[in-house]
This record gives sequence, C-alpha cells and structure tokens, in this order.
Amino acid sequence: MATTMITTLDRSSRAAARGLSDISIRNLFIIPTVLFLIVFNIFPLIYSLGYSFTDFRASTNAPANFVGLQNYRDLLNDPYVWSNFAITAKYVIISVAGQLLVGFGVAMLLNRDIPMKGLLTTLLLLPMMLSMAVVGLFWKLLYDPSFGIINYALGLGTFEWLSDPKMALYAVALTDIWMWSPFVMLLSLAGLSAVPKHLYEAAAIDRAGPFYTFFRITLPLVAPILMIAVIFRTMEAFKTFDLAYILTSQPTAELISIRLYKMAFQEWQTGRSCALAYIVLIMVLAITNIYVKYLNKVKER
Amino acid sequence: MAHIQLKNISKTFGNHTALTGLDLDIADGEFFVLLGETGAGKTTTLRLIAGLEKPSEGQVFIDGVDVADWGAAERDVALVLQQYSLYPRYTVRENLEFPLKPKIRRLPDAEIKDRVDRAARTLRIEHLLDRKTDRLSGGEMQRVSIGRAIVRKPRVFLMDEPLSALDAKLREALRTELKNLQMQLGATFLFVTHDQIEAMSMGDKVGVLNHGRIVQTGTPHEIYNNPRDTYVASFVGSPPMNLIDGRLVNGRAVMAPLNFELPFSGGAKASGATDGRPLVFGVRPEDVYLESGAPVEARVHDVENHGVEKILTLRVGDAMLRATVPARTDVAIEQAVRFAWNPDKVVLFDKGSGVSLRHAG
Repeated sequence: MATTMITTLDRSSRAAARGLSDISIRNLFIIPTVLFLIVFNIFPLIYSLGYSFTDFRASTNAPANFVGLQNYRDLLNDPYVWSNFAITAKYVIISVAGQLLVGFGVAMLLNRDIPMKGLLTTLLLLPMMLSMAVVGLFWKLLYDPSFGIINYALGLGTFEWLSDPKMALYAVALTDIWMWSPFVMLLSLAGLSAVPKHLYEAAAIDRAGPFYTFFRITLPLVAPILMIAVIFRTMEAFKTFDLAYILTSQPTAELISIRLYKMAFQEWQTGRSCALAYIVLIMVLAITNIYVKYLNKVKER
Repeated sequence: MAHIQLKNISKTFGNHTALTGLDLDIADGEFFVLLGETGAGKTTTLRLIAGLEKPSEGQVFIDGVDVADWGAAERDVALVLQQYSLYPRYTVRENLEFPLKPKIRRLPDAEIKDRVDRAARTLRIEHLLDRKTDRLSGGEMQRVSIGRAIVRKPRVFLMDEPLSALDAKLREALRTELKNLQMQLGATFLFVTHDQIEAMSMGDKVGVLNHGRIVQTGTPHEIYNNPRDTYVASFVGSPPMNLIDGRLVNGRAVMAPLNFELPFSGGAKASGATDGRPLVFGVRPEDVYLESGAPVEARVHDVENHGVEKILTLRVGDAMLRATVPARTDVAIEQAVRFAWNPDKVVLFDKGSGVSLRHAG
C-alpha cells in the first residue's frame, strides 16, 4: 500500500535522465517549505519561549537576565491582565453568539426557493471578504457621534458609541458580528442543504410541527457543522486585534491582544510580553481542544 | 380507515405533464396497487394524496371530503418511501416514537411505549429497538420505516416502492408480511410498484398507469386474463402475453405476415370481430402448448429452465413466441416442434387502437 502512495518515476523522463530519484524529487519539493516554516515560525516560537523566562527589553542594550518563572508569576497575579482576559471572554461570547444567531438565521431564510438566491448569497458574503483594517475604519465613520450614519438613522443625536466606556466593547462586537456572520451563514447553508428533503417530507407526514421538526431534525443534523463554525470564530475572536485597536482606545474594550501589543511595543517589556503570549497560546489551545472533544461527541451521536 | 377518491386529476411540472385526467377510487380497507413503469406518474399520485404536492387540476377526496386545502399532517396518512427516510442519529425506538411525540398530540408515555412495542413485535424488530438506524441492514431499515407508519394508526397507508431496494429473498418475505399486516389492520393501502409480480400477488385491486393515465383498473385476475389493451397485455405477466398480428377468417385465426392458422372459438365474434378486420391476437405463454399433431410448426429458439416449468421461445418465420411448458418437457434448441393454443383464452385487440374488443364494446 505504501509504495502506491508515491508515483514511481518514469524511467525515460528528464528527471530520471538527470539522475534524480523519487526521493530526491520529493525532498526538492518539501525541504524549502520546511525550512521556511522553521525559520519564520518554529524558531521564533521557541526563541520567544526562551525570552519569556528573562527580563529582556528590545529597546535597550542591557543583557537579558534569566528570571525563571517570575514573568508568569507576575502576569498571573496582575489584576489588569485578568481584567483584559475577562473583557476578551465577554467579547468572544457576545460576538460568536451574535454571529451564530444572525448567520444561522439568515441561512434558514436563504435555504428555500427564492428568486436570485445566488446573487443574494454572494452579496451577503461581501463583508467577510473585506480587510479587517478597512472594516474598522469604515465602522469608525459609521459610529461617529456627530456625522455617523448610525446615529442619524437611529435618531440617537450625538451618542458616543466608541468613547462610551460601557458601549465600546459592544460596538466592536457588533462590527465583528456584521463582518463574520456571513461566514457562519455560509457554513450553515452548506449544512442545511445537506439535510435530505425526504426527511422533512417524512416529518410532515408524521404530523410534526415546524418547531418539532426544527429541533428534532434540522438542528441535530446541522450541529456538527455549526460546531466547526463556532471553533473557527472563537479562535479568531480570541485573538482579535486590528478591529478593536482601530475602532476604540477605551480601556473597557482593551482585549488581551491589545494589552499584549502595548506591553511589547509601547512599554518594551519584551520578556514579559513573550510570557503573556504563551499564556494566551495555551488558553486558545485548551479551548479548542475542549471544542474538538465536544464536536467528536456530537458527530458520534 | 378511509375511502379515497381522485377525480380528474392533472399534474404538470413546468412543461412536463405527469398526470392527465386521472380518476381513481380506492375503497375502505382495500389493498390497491398502482402499477406502472418508471416515470408513469405513480409517485406523483401518491404525493398528491399525501398532500406533498398540489394537483394542477382536479380534486382529491378522503372519505368524501375534498382535501385540497389540507396539509400532509391533517390528511393523516402514512407514507413509506423507497429510500426509508429514517431520522438519522436516533435509535430505532426514537424513530418509532417520533410521530407520537409532537406536543400538540402527545400521547401518554405508557401508550407510546405500548404502541412502539406492538409495532416492533408485528414487524419482528424488537431486538433492534435500541440500535442506531445507521447500523441496520436495508430490510431492517424498511421494517422500521413501515413501523413508523403503523404506530400512528393513520387513515391510509401510502407505500412508494418500499420493497424495490431490497434483495429478492427479503422482498418475497416482506411482501407476505405486508399483505398480512394489511389484513390484520384492515387498513386502506395504496401501494406503488413497477414490479408486476408484487402487484399481482398483493393487490386486491390493481390500477395500471401509463404515461400519466390509468389504463385499466381491476382485480389482478381481470388485469391478467382480460387486459384492456396491448400495453397492459405486454406489461403485466412474466413472460408477457404473446401478441401476433392477424385476421379472423371463417372462425379461424389467420396470422397475416406469418402465414399460419389456428382455430378460434367464436366467443368474441359478437363484439365486432368481423372477418378480415386487422387484429392483434393475444395469448398468454401458458396457453400455448406443444403437441405432436398440432397445427403449426416452429423451431425452439431458446429454453429457460425455471425449475417448476420451462419457458420456451419459439420461432415461427421471423417472429418469436413464448410458451410455458412443464419442466419435464424434453426439448433442445433448434429442435422442430408443433404447437397450438387454447382457443378460449385468446384475447383480441384492435390493430389500430390496441384496445381489446371485449372492452371496446
């Protein structure tokens, strides 16, 4: 079996004439990628792990001193960092739940015979295609207290969306929901259209009402793909930086990635920010793992 | 239990006409089989009765009530489909409970359990109740989907080729079981199939559907022995009825291009089979017999041994005739034989319209 996986080299080919074997051709393709990954991903990852145990500052020439777990200890005892985590958690929950509701809802509406369905779907997907920075800049204009269209349309006068400490985080989440609901919609549509039509007919014959049909047939069958959407969106929302950074500078909307950025490039606490980055990484990994476990359980049912 | 009536039903899908002027009358407690080729409109008829489609024209009556505005739920029918359509991710028991559990007509738990157990016992799937539906074989799945129909005690059972995806042995077994089930429940069954053996063996009444029209309705016996036209004659029966062109001359059947004669008993004379009129003679293979002194000579073209009998293909000129003979008949291919037919069993069809002379009058 294993030998059939690699196509053997045609004896009369040019490569064979140059004395290249299957294995050397394979290496030719793989080694550059592997090298690239090592230089730009793996090496910095390990290097920053090393820095996270030092008091290194990239802005000075002072030598780095090994401080052991001091950085981790300080960070985990820092109430400000914890409040950043709390803000991030709140943001993730609001924005992912919002995307799930809006995205799945729109998908349910689209999953029927309506005229110009293809065009409508494509148009609805547009927000997702834009760059985060562009979306952030545009929504900053939309949210503007004096000339923003949102206040104008809702008749809110000069309501400060982004400068109001209570509102800022919700405003960022709202923008994120606008941008990424189409992604959930796309996945949900794929899931919904995969539910065989005859099941709905059978349910109609069995005299099941619309809610009963939805909760007993539609939802269980779409659940695995919705879980995948949740995993993707949670990971992305957890590391949101650009959108929030552009939209607001309110401390109540300071996500963990913004804290990290400030620590690394404004306060130049390189060693400590490396430690924080590792804490975030471990958290994301943990959350994803829990999700994947749960997803497998859902799939098995 | 219900009496179903379709009046002048037509159904078109875009440019495609599925049914035209269909009339159907299914008595209460009857096992009615709708027989037709793929694409004849059988499934459409079922779906119209179930309320999954709306007729373009005509009316559907259940127990004398026009049900045009009723949804599938209100019509209270059960539908068993060829592709089983069990609810995935649920166990067999959960599938059987499904129709009993919607909030509006939720039954007490004890009643649900009782009905599920009874249905499982009837269909002999008790040992499967706690199994997930994707771990079942085809026959088991089809039993479960029939079970889901019977737990509910619907007014009508509609079955869309429920056996055609199963292997031969299982099909035979389930055929008998379904028939028994229907008698036991005394329910109205509408069974759709393209398999004429199923139609013959199960139906109290059979309706033959061709290109969206009902060609003939009757008991299996009527359909088999007295087909209304050459389509029914050639569609029902395996091997099909032999159809030979010819004329009636002085009370004898004279085959026109083939040049042979056979005796004909004058039963059909009264119905306008005048001498010289172009006709098609129809005779079932079992009414063709070999005899040494018989009037026509033919050669054995092919022999199919079915154990209890042999089906011979006889060649006369360039035409082929099928004859069913006892298995002990000793014939070889290319052997010359002489054959005759049972003159009482011959059906006459008009050459032009294909309609049987018995029905035309």
